[in-house]
Amino acid sequence: MEFLVITLIKLALITFIFMTTLAYLQWVERKVIAHVQVRMGPSRVGPHGLLQPLADVIKLITKEGVLPPHVNAGYYLLAPFLAVFMALISISIIPFGTGIDIPAMTFGGKTFGPYHTMMELASVNMGVLMILAVSSMGVYGIALAGWSSNNKYALLGGLRSSAQMISYELPMSLAIASPLLMAGTLQLRGIADSQAGFYLGFVPKWAIFQMPAPQIFAFIIFMISAFAETNRIPFDLPEAENELVAGFHVEYSSMTFASFFMAEYANMVTVCSVGTLLFLGGWQPLWPAALGSNFVAPAIFLGAGLICLYHGLNPARPFDRYTLPVFAVVFFGLAGLMAFPPLVPVLTPLFWFLAKVGFLLFVFIWIRATLPRFRYDQLMSFAWKFLFPAALLNLLVTGFLVALVS
Amino acid sequence: MSITTGVTSESDVRRDAAAHQESRGHRTMVLNMGPQHPSTHGVLRLLLELDGETIVKAAPDIGYLHTGIEKEFEVKNYQQGVTLTDRIDYLAPLSNNLTYCLAAEKLLGLEIPEHAQWTRVMLSEFTRLNSHLVWLATHAIDIGAMSVFLYCFREREEILRIFEMFSGQRMMTSYFRIGGLALPHPRGWQKRVKDFVDIFPSRIDEYEELLTGNRIWTGRTKGVGYISLEDMLELGVTGPMLRAAGLAIDVRKDAPYSSYEKFDFTVPTRTENDVFARYLLRIEEMRQSHRIIKQALEGMPSGSHQADAPGIVLPEREKMKTQMESLIYHFKIVTEGFRVPEGEVYQAVESPRGEVGCYMVSDGTQKPYRVHWRGPSFGNLQSIPKLIEGTLIADVIAALGSMDFVLGDTDR
Repeated sequence: MEFLVITLIKLALITFIFMTTLAYLQWVERKVIAHVQVRMGPSRVGPHGLLQPLADVIKLITKEGVLPPHVNAGYYLLAPFLAVFMALISISIIPFGTGIDIPAMTFGGKTFGPYHTMMELASVNMGVLMILAVSSMGVYGIALAGWSSNNKYALLGGLRSSAQMISYELPMSLAIASPLLMAGTLQLRGIADSQAGFYLGFVPKWAIFQMPAPQIFAFIIFMISAFAETNRIPFDLPEAENELVAGFHVEYSSMTFASFFMAEYANMVTVCSVGTLLFLGGWQPLWPAALGSNFVAPAIFLGAGLICLYHGLNPARPFDRYTLPVFAVVFFGLAGLMAFPPLVPVLTPLFWFLAKVGFLLFVFIWIRATLPRFRYDQLMSFAWKFLFPAALLNLLVTGFLVALVS
Repeated sequence: MSITTGVTSESDVRRDAAAHQESRGHRTMVLNMGPQHPSTHGVLRLLLELDGETIVKAAPDIGYLHTGIEKEFEVKNYQQGVTLTDRIDYLAPLSNNLTYCLAAEKLLGLEIPEHAQWTRVMLSEFTRLNSHLVWLATHAIDIGAMSVFLYCFREREEILRIFEMFSGQRMMTSYFRIGGLALPHPRGWQKRVKDFVDIFPSRIDEYEELLTGNRIWTGRTKGVGYISLEDMLELGVTGPMLRAAGLAIDVRKDAPYSSYEKFDFTVPTRTENDVFARYLLRIEEMRQSHRIIKQALEGMPSGSHQADAPGIVLPEREKMKTQMESLIYHFKIVTEGFRVPEGEVYQAVESPRGEVGCYMVSDGTQKPYRVHWRGPSFGNLQSIPKLIEGTLIADVIAALGSMDFVLGDTDR
């Protein structure tokens, strides 16, 4: 009973936070790309365009969902559902941080707790395998959408995506396999825990630095494959706007269209989380707490608050006078929370995890603003002639070194 | 199986596709690309017969942007015709103005003051920069490099502001008139132009940094969109496409007009004859245009902005108010225009896209008997089938972008 209640609470929390993140990820992406391209980005709906995601959601929900007469209706409707379901399900097994201790509480004479729970929805022993399996299923959504639309552009997009995702699955799995050899477990929490500790007192024992076989190449291969798996530039061939108009989702409208977008962003978050857990040490800090890594989070939020306050007092635009001090107060509040001693063991790992995931997401956005798109045949030869052998070689070397040491 | 000449209809492509299926024993697909497609740069329609993603056969279909401008010249008097030329090739309005004005001036036998000629050169080169920037922007975004698009438009905005400063209009400038310029130079133009001239080379470096050495960019463009020089000459291709194939052909050098012979610039050529060569060539052309603008800015001769031709050029406002003769000329020019001696003339100008020509026939009245326009885009478009047959869909986008056509220029 207790387990059920706690799980339900966590489920609600994670769903809410995750969905909001997805909506705001789009805002962040639009802002970052806008600033790379010397533009303003969304700025009309709410202060700094912060209500833009909400406006987008309302718009997409209230639009008419057109069911074109020429589509294969069953599969056409199943496809976005499948895509978004497979994208969202992965997040349920991602651990975000260490455990939480909830002290005993008394409500109306009844005492609850104390409880101890982990920051994750479900602890699966074969977490990595499940992530791989689910992400492979994700391609069905896109392939079905392309096929059932009965549209030539959509068909080409669907074909491209099937070939691309199946090809990049292999180097990705091989890149994931090598840190597993060192961690010796398939459980995501176990893998992150195995990367705790420091060499020489300051070099973190993350998989990309870990002896005997630093996984830096595996990490790069993993990230490249991740771009391809999530259909992002430079691998966004299935929806290549300028060639296939919109590719597999050309016939979709309203929420079915939004589902594909949600799936894409959810996949991005999942893949970045997996990368963080496997290669960047999950929630392990960049340097030891003894050297003050616990103060990074409060310092960053304090700095952000001060910057907001400064610009609020010297406003560049009229409304900044009112909006930026509000942000400053929020940031000061967060800094206070991060520095509040009882919360430090819970919030600091969470901060490190989110910071790493956020950095990887930023890289995704950054690349999108910079690089052109591959051609279909170049993409395939890159996967099979370079990435796959490289991943295989890396796995062999890692296996050899691990066997040698043990 | 390739299309060489003539109009190919959809039924032709479908019939050929059917015949093709039988001969190869497996099915091909006819894909209708455009007229509403983000990468056909306007309303070009392409019929592609696909085998997988490989193009077996391609047929361009034009005519979706037909404006009837050539016919309209015949009901406007000569000076009014200038405004139509802006709308033919809307990315190079001043090159078209210049072609039309030079043709009419040839018929009239007008001598244009050097000040006006140099201004025409300077603004024509700004037009070239403007057009090349839009080309680079759209070409880059077609291949997926999104930021280059906005960087190019940042500089184009500056050029449009300069146009606005000179003529009061950003795009449809109509600044060159028969007999000179529409208006004298605005105050402070030197500073505006100098600011641009100072900053622009570093901006070109910026684009090159993002694209030239980029492995994905070179992979997408090198060896793509090849067409032999003989084929290009047969099809009437001109401009940067020919120069990228090694033929140093440029009207500015071959038949200098508007005192281009007084400027020091080179005609860049390349020999690779692919999309990447055309890209590098246009980048180099931008640098050369920058050189010309710099020379024009530094050596701009003083003088009148209009020819001394009272019956053709509108008199100054001051004279019109005080002198009877000027008032009569003003009234005559405004109400009935001026008569152009009987005859015919062809004037070619190097527009950003190639040779733009104006063939003008006069029957001695105030309105041209016929104005035919030789649009460079039309000739360049003819090479589409040869350029893309046998390549992939993604190469179509790259090849189309490298041609730099404007549909308004194709359908007059």
